[in-house]
Amino acid sequence: MWQWLYKLGSPRHFYEMTTGFVPWLTGVSLFLLIVGVVWGLGFAPPDYQMGDSYRILYIHVPTSMGGMGAFVLLAMMAAMHMIWNIKMADIVAKVCAPVGAGYTALGLITGSLWGKPTWGTYWIWEARLTSYLILLFLFLGVMALRAAYDSERSGSKAASVLAIVGVVNVPIIYYSVYWWNTLHQVPSELGRDGSANPPEIFIPALFTGFAVIGLFFLAVILRSRNEILYRERRAQWVQDLLEKELADV
Amino acid sequence: MSRSAIGLGGSLGATLQRELQLAFSSPGRIVNPLMFFVIAVSLFPLGGRMSPDQLGTIAPGVIWVTALLAVMLSMESLFRSDFDDGSLEQLLLSPQPLYFHLQVKVLAHWLVTGLPLVVISPLLGLLLQLPAAGYAPLLLGLLLGTPALSMIAAIGTALTVGLARSGLLLAVLVLPLSIPVLVFGAGLVDTALNGLPLSGVVAVLGALLVLAGTLAPLAIGAALRISVH
Repeated sequence: MWQWLYKLGSPRHFYEMTTGFVPWLTGVSLFLLIVGVVWGLGFAPPDYQMGDSYRILYIHVPTSMGGMGAFVLLAMMAAMHMIWNIKMADIVAKVCAPVGAGYTALGLITGSLWGKPTWGTYWIWEARLTSYLILLFLFLGVMALRAAYDSERSGSKAASVLAIVGVVNVPIIYYSVYWWNTLHQVPSELGRDGSANPPEIFIPALFTGFAVIGLFFLAVILRSRNEILYRERRAQWVQDLLEKELADV
Repeated sequence: MSRSAIGLGGSLGATLQRELQLAFSSPGRIVNPLMFFVIAVSLFPLGGRMSPDQLGTIAPGVIWVTALLAVMLSMESLFRSDFDDGSLEQLLLSPQPLYFHLQVKVLAHWLVTGLPLVVISPLLGLLLQLPAAGYAPLLLGLLLGTPALSMIAAIGTALTVGLARSGLLLAVLVLPLSIPVLVFGAGLVDTALNGLPLSGVVAVLGALLVLAGTLAPLAIGAALRISVH
């Protein structure tokens, strides 16, 4: 176990270990996504209060949670990079920021599309929405700071500090609906006993939920692999890999 | 051989004195943020034709946002000259704990840039037709909020001090982190104008100040070590 984790910290081993994993993850995620979306949008019964508009939540809930999860991952990787100087942690931190920003933007967009029929407005300045918008700004700030440095090393350390500072926003987002008790409702008791939502509504949500998580990690892994090849482009193993690929063509 | 000739207290006192002397020797550092604050606030009534009532409604938000921008723009002088002449490196190499020195440095910077904003804010309230009940909460809120903003903005300043053109980037980094202070600071005035009890909002602002004052120096120190290398 420890050796496995240790190996994952090396870019070359990360690349080699994920090579076989990528097609599986792609297949499973796409399968879950197609089943969840077709079931959720086409066959699940309409909600007695929200009608059909609740179907946006099949995408909204997992992408919004994904945006927050991505920032936590970003901050964890940033901390690992700062403390132990692990190369792989910095690569993941670098590539997960744009993916997380995309998920956060998607969460905001789907949320406002859902808000129009449900609350009667696309946007309102309340605690959950405002703190979630800050999350998007923080992602953009981390990316901008990294890009502003000429030296990859200084940029990565500076972005790490900002990511660790910015992670205080994540619990604020999570608890905002409990602390301020504003328009955005608290999450229904998904999965704990299943009583809040009938299974025919709840089960497609599980499919899209896991699909969105799977696609997140797929994007992070694919981007990490590109970043590894770029950073190690002068290493012998990358040269060998390139020659092998060229020979196959 | 003793590690340092003077104790922590003496060293902190010397830092405070040095910062204040430097600031008073170039009055622009003190006056410019203040002028920005006054001019920017007075642009709002010119920009839109508003009745005195409407003006009073937006006054807390306008004053707070402008104060935030003034704090942020004043941050350039916090580490810039020390970075250029190498005294920042000396501070990082010093055997004295960096944490307290950074607290003192930001405190000194707030005394010459933030405190004048607080002092002049009632005048701006007057210009914006702020109702009488709003003045005390405005002063109290800015007194608690601007040092917290200085601490938060100092993190961004430390992260960008090594970069040539850092102004806009600083805004992108600092403004999102400042929003909680802004929300509760402007909220304090609104709470007072609505005749609601203030203690809860004051407590949150105080908590934000304590959090920023104790945790930000750690991040500032880490950021400076990156910038100086």
